[in-house]
Amino acid sequence: MMIINLFGLVLIALIIWWFWLYKPAKAIDSTMESVTVIVNNGVYDPSRIIVAKGKETTLNFLRKDGSPCAATVIFPDFEVSEELPVDENKAIELPSMAPGQYPFHCPMKMYSGTLIVE
Amino acid sequence: MNSIESSIKDTKAQELIIDGAGCASCVGKIETALKNVTGVENAQMNFALRTVVVDGEVDSEDLVQAIESIGYNARSAEDTSDDELLDEKEIADQKYYTSLMRQMWIALGLGVPLMIYSIAGGPMTVETTLERGIWLFIGILCAAIMYFAGKHFYVGAWKSFVNHSANMDTLIALGTGTAWIYSMVVVFFPMAVPEMARHVYFEATAMIIGLIDLGLALEVKARGRTSEAIKRLIGLQAKTARVVRDKKEVDIAIEQVLLNDIVRVRPGEKIPVDGLVIEGHTSIDESMLTGEPMPVAKEEEDEVVAGTLNKTGSILFKATRVGKDTALAQIINMVKRAQNSKPPIGRLADAISAYFVPVVMIISIISALVWLNFGPDPALAFAVVSATTVLIIACPCALGLATPMSVMVGVGKAAEAGVLIRNGEALQTASKITAMILDKTGTITEGSPTVTDILVADKSYTEKYILTIASSIESRSEHPLAQAIVDSAIAQEIDPEDISDFQAIAGHGIEAKLEDHHLLFGNQKLMFKKGVFLGEFVSKAQKLADEAKTPMYLAIDNKLAAIIAVSDPIKEDSIEAIKRLQNSGIRVVMLTGDNRATANAVAKKVGIKEVFAEVLPEDKSNKVAELQAQNEIVGMTGDGINDAPALALANVGFAIGTGTDVAIESADITLMRGSLHGLADAIAVSKATLRNIKQNLFGAFIYNVAGVPFAAGLLYPFFGLLLNPVIAGAAMAFSSLTVVSNANRLRLFKPQEH
Repeated sequence: MMIINLFGLVLIALIIWWFWLYKPAKAIDSTMESVTVIVNNGVYDPSRIIVAKGKETTLNFLRKDGSPCAATVIFPDFEVSEELPVDENKAIELPSMAPGQYPFHCPMKMYSGTLIVE
Repeated sequence: MNSIESSIKDTKAQELIIDGAGCASCVGKIETALKNVTGVENAQMNFALRTVVVDGEVDSEDLVQAIESIGYNARSAEDTSDDELLDEKEIADQKYYTSLMRQMWIALGLGVPLMIYSIAGGPMTVETTLERGIWLFIGILCAAIMYFAGKHFYVGAWKSFVNHSANMDTLIALGTGTAWIYSMVVVFFPMAVPEMARHVYFEATAMIIGLIDLGLALEVKARGRTSEAIKRLIGLQAKTARVVRDKKEVDIAIEQVLLNDIVRVRPGEKIPVDGLVIEGHTSIDESMLTGEPMPVAKEEEDEVVAGTLNKTGSILFKATRVGKDTALAQIINMVKRAQNSKPPIGRLADAISAYFVPVVMIISIISALVWLNFGPDPALAFAVVSATTVLIIACPCALGLATPMSVMVGVGKAAEAGVLIRNGEALQTASKITAMILDKTGTITEGSPTVTDILVADKSYTEKYILTIASSIESRSEHPLAQAIVDSAIAQEIDPEDISDFQAIAGHGIEAKLEDHHLLFGNQKLMFKKGVFLGEFVSKAQKLADEAKTPMYLAIDNKLAAIIAVSDPIKEDSIEAIKRLQNSGIRVVMLTGDNRATANAVAKKVGIKEVFAEVLPEDKSNKVAELQAQNEIVGMTGDGINDAPALALANVGFAIGTGTDVAIESADITLMRGSLHGLADAIAVSKATLRNIKQNLFGAFIYNVAGVPFAAGLLYPFFGLLLNPVIAGAAMAFSSLTVVSNANRLRLFKPQEH
């Protein structure tokens, strides 16, 4: 019984670490290569994108998931919200941005990603 | 990624639309410029249609740039129109719906018989070898169902897990996965499990997958209805236009209409693009955009707007805005943007959503541990059931959908009534407004004043002479009442005199010279300031003011010559609309630069008790601040041009339009029609939407707050109640559907309640 309880507590600790404490480091640099964000199965891939500051940026989105959750992508800081057609490339133009981190997500925040402006 | 890029560049032939190509000689220039772009194999222009077809592997951006560099404008004809996008979306939704329904039938095909068997008292336990064999077969069948009907849950759960995020898929995958794995353990190693706990839960796995697929399918259908308003707006766009090209009228696709094209519209046809009438007269139904039920008469020089319906006459007009620039396109854009923006009330739900799923996973583990440690026998079975049920019943979707669905419907509903709401924040603040400032001229009144009385004080002048002088002065003024005097002079065919030394004194009037006569034209303050004796005319002016007219004094050589009264008629439905505002508990205040007596008279007519009169234009925003200092949440309504700073300072600025001439960028909320009913509608819709959001949020909170502990077995020690995982699955599937349906109820909301 001890072992089971311990196992449960370790599991809880792992959940806390994996979902909250872990900070992903990997980010795709859109200034180096052209980026297409694939929208499928509940995630944006890539979900962390580096963009250049003070410059208008175009990001490509390709939605492969039919779920209505995936249908719209919102950049709340720039009042940008765009419908994504299924299986079709959609270019989204973003205004010039000040350095910082800006989230983008679907209306329910099930899909989420971050723009890192440097 | 490479395959996508190459698929874009693979486009062999593409079409461009050229703006500004006026002569046939442009054709050669454009074709040459395009052929010089690397990658282009051939370029051929159709001058009649102003389109070019370009062959070769090349990015359309480069082509547009090449054309722009030689002085023309171009755009790709392949830009998907809103209309097509909408069709595609519907097809995609339908496809998704069909696949979900198919998956549902697969899952319920196994789940329902098993469920009936278990309800009918069939043993779900594993004891004999035969039972082991049968259950093994069913377990494998169940795995197949998990694959064919629920693959999307498991793939989604895994993908988000790898990305350190968790969502609804995670919960369902874990819940059904736990039930299935436990059951398989029972089948394979019955000895490892206490005898009383040798129970299989294959029916739960299959039922849950089936029910949630059904819930999702119904949700897709219900969600489609939430975007009805935007569909209607997009549907207003005409598909073709009849333009005059080379002296002939030809029908062309709407995308190919160019700036300055001459467009023909016959009775019963839609106006295809925005423009100015150059020939003919007609009446046009603009209700679809403005909510204004009466058709509007149009003649030469009048503006026509894309999407409205030509009723009676045939007209020719010149296109002034095409493509993405038309008022309709901008409205569609704005509504779309607003529908996806979130009011502050949704932020709490968002904050919770970020932690929701991991927290539920933790609760589920704790619940299992508690059952294992303290639960009655068979503790292991109870632990599995409670852990599964907690995972399944928790519904982050209901919480996540609560706000956006209502905003979607509410903003769309407002747009139908001619009310354009900028974003979710404006929507929420509008629902909380406690005080509303209404600008008088153009908001409460028509904004088109006319001269009503001329009282000559010095009998040596004729009425005509007075009007000549007054209109000569006013023709140089920008004051809203000035136009009335100028118009009146024009009507009587009076030519203005040459005025010199013109000087406007803000808030007072004008000082000027005609030959060697000194002229003063303005309000009472100006006369007092300059020491003009008014005598009995003070009371005569007062009498005019009491009739809601604005008296203006004209003094020649510092001697009163006449009073000219101008009146701006009150819009016929202002009284009723103001009453609607007051009935909803809003303190209505009138604001005007006009004199106090006239302002009071207008206010009295429309039933407003508080008046800020004689306010200089630059002081309007101070009045907004004054009310805000009294802890009021202040709405300010004006034409959005003269009172932009006041609109910006107010908690919510309402720009009241005249017809479809909208200053979309200037205000939080734009009222497309001139009637103040639009304002009352805007507030009514925002209140209804906020109420709807609160219902949704409350429902979603209560559902999760009550459902999760119940599923964990909190009621078991007291009442012996433990939730069946299948019921949890049904509850979860229908909770988000309920939220969407409740939001859809807003579609039935009718703002015009007097």
